[in-house]
Amino acid sequence: MAVLADARPAQRQPAPPGRARVSRWHRLDLTVSPYLYVAPFFVIFGVFGLFPLLYTGYLSLSGWREDQDGSRGTFVGLANYTRLLHDQFFWNALKNTIGIGIISTVPQLMLALGLAHLLNYRLRGRTFFRMSVLVPNVTSVAAVTIIFVQLFGRDYGLINYVLHLFGVSRIDWQAGTWSSWLAISLIVTWRWTGYNALIYLASMQAVPFELYESAALDGAGRWRQFRSITIPMLRPTILFTVIVSTIGALQLFGEPLLFNVSQTPAAGGSQHQFQVMAVYTYQTFLGNGKYGYGSAISWAMFLVIVVIVGINLTLVRRLRGVEGA
Amino acid sequence: MRFALRRAAALAGAGLLLAGPALAGCGKSSGSSPAPAGTEPVTLTVNLFGDFDYKPLYEQYKQTHPNITVKENITDYDTHHKNLKQHLTAGAGLADIEVIEIGQIAGFQGQASKFVNFLDQGVDPSTWTDQRVKDASSADGKVLFGLGTDTGGLAMCYRPSLMKKAGLPTDPAALSAQMKTWDDFVNLGKTFQTKIGDRNVHWFDAASNVFNAIVAQAPQGMYDASGNVIADTNPDVKKAWDQTVAAIQAGESAGLAAFTPQWNTGFQKAGFATITCPAWMMSYIKANAPDTKGDWNVATIPGTGGGNWGGSYLTIPRSGKHVQQAIELAKWLAAPEQQTLLFKTKGHFPAAQALWKTDDIINFKDDFFDNAPVGKIFSAAAENIKYQPLGAHAGEFGNAIGNALVSIEQGKATPDAAWQKAVADIKNIAG
Repeated sequence: MAVLADARPAQRQPAPPGRARVSRWHRLDLTVSPYLYVAPFFVIFGVFGLFPLLYTGYLSLSGWREDQDGSRGTFVGLANYTRLLHDQFFWNALKNTIGIGIISTVPQLMLALGLAHLLNYRLRGRTFFRMSVLVPNVTSVAAVTIIFVQLFGRDYGLINYVLHLFGVSRIDWQAGTWSSWLAISLIVTWRWTGYNALIYLASMQAVPFELYESAALDGAGRWRQFRSITIPMLRPTILFTVIVSTIGALQLFGEPLLFNVSQTPAAGGSQHQFQVMAVYTYQTFLGNGKYGYGSAISWAMFLVIVVIVGINLTLVRRLRGVEGA
Repeated sequence: MRFALRRAAALAGAGLLLAGPALAGCGKSSGSSPAPAGTEPVTLTVNLFGDFDYKPLYEQYKQTHPNITVKENITDYDTHHKNLKQHLTAGAGLADIEVIEIGQIAGFQGQASKFVNFLDQGVDPSTWTDQRVKDASSADGKVLFGLGTDTGGLAMCYRPSLMKKAGLPTDPAALSAQMKTWDDFVNLGKTFQTKIGDRNVHWFDAASNVFNAIVAQAPQGMYDASGNVIADTNPDVKKAWDQTVAAIQAGESAGLAAFTPQWNTGFQKAGFATITCPAWMMSYIKANAPDTKGDWNVATIPGTGGGNWGGSYLTIPRSGKHVQQAIELAKWLAAPEQQTLLFKTKGHFPAAQALWKTDDIINFKDDFFDNAPVGKIFSAAAENIKYQPLGAHAGEFGNAIGNALVSIEQGKATPDAAWQKAVADIKNIAG
């Protein structure tokens, strides 16, 4: 605390003579150290975020591909991007990404909201329950997907076994478009619902109790309270989770890749029915060694994310907020 | 399943490797004099896809080279070759010895200069067939960057018990006589399906394996001799496609895509009667379905009797820290004694052509396969392999067509739509 107080510019006093040296250090400390404190983030972001982003941008303008010697560093302008417009596999990947994104994110956030509401009640051992919902999130994507692939096994999977008890014939989950989307969405939902529930819960606890009290006095039932108090008060949090989940869904990679148990995991199914954008980038860039074109897809993916997040932002902003807030 | 677990293991392995040198560095006292060359403890890393059954050999090697410890990293086929490409481009992350599969080797020819040239290391290229040497050489033929380890000449493995149930010959010679051509094979499959009377048992495992075997016998497959992509226009490819589709439509395919958990189960539960069978498949069957011992036999492959599936090369990236030791180990692993041993104990058929005529190989029979004369069969299969031009993306084209066949097997696409999709895939990969 004392340090913080010291750092306030308002506290600065003209240095008495004789202490000029100390004062210079002090001033330097005041001007430089804040930057030093935030530097680690920016250095790491620069090395692992910004540089790859810019370098990929540079590559996307080049015709570099592994199967053509001497193609490294050749400049092809926007040729990779014009090709992208006519690439049926890219549009297919975009469709799959959005499809899986919707059926994994929308139910997930609603489920999280409901779960948070339940966890907000006075429960016996509620810390235990609150912590438990986070457990799926701390397990690794690979481990979770491997287990789900077992559950979704065509011949000996638990899910088909249970469905079989109800007279449903065996489903080859990887084979169909909807079945594969559903299965992948379930993996994503399982991993992320608890995480979002905790965020909602934290925000719910910040809602003043008086609001509920007065609403109850006015005769509002539980559902009405949830709709008219909880949701509007949670608006900024919902905004946050929608944005973060949208970005996550559009960058989906590990689940669809590992869900494909075959010699060609990056193909995303026999007809690319669950090949999402990140997996198509991976296949093009590393699988087929088309570095220039793969980079262009990568950048297109970035732009798609910006656009879709923008759309979502405007949509969610229209959600009714607290009156006067 | 299998690949994912292996990938996880490989990641853990990589982590250990990264920590290894750092830990070793801590232990070294700065004052000690360096050990004389050749006896200093050296750890060599070997990156493989699948199990090459090298582990007992490393132990044997250690007896004559006590300072050499070998660490293996096994990933799946796809990841292994992707990683290798990536690491070569980055110039980091390479193992001392990297294997490359025959379907992928042509894609590395342009980077031949990044590997040790075995022609400078006293390796005699006439050890292998011209085709094997050409595939692992730079375009001008001045650099040989791969030592051929094993060969994937094709035979047909089958289940005598299922043949007997369907009233077909159980004896390899009699069975071979009934499937001289691929059309015969498809027709015999129809007979099999009607007579077996069990909807869970099929004539063969996966359409893509049959398709690949038919194409492998053609004079040209995915590329022509001047390196142009002909996968979508080659009449031999289309013919193989049509024959395979006919077999799928007759219900002959078990629809078990190769290297999936379902495929593995198919071996164990006798889900299919035949499988196109390079020698290494014997090792796969033994490891995967040990309880089926004795209920296997090996017939000759239909068609011209040639065709190749698999086989690998050992390569040594020049950027390695222990290039000299790696060269010695690679040469030893690829030496005739070790190749013979690996065939007799594990079923990896030698790439070294002189061995195909040795009594040791020719007279070898395998009791797992009902004492079939596998030495003789695979020697003949290896001799029968004809030159087929390879290209950078031959493997990916094959996979694209294989996936299209899978979509027919799954009942998700008509043959025409699937073919269109495969052609689009091929154009996208090549273009």
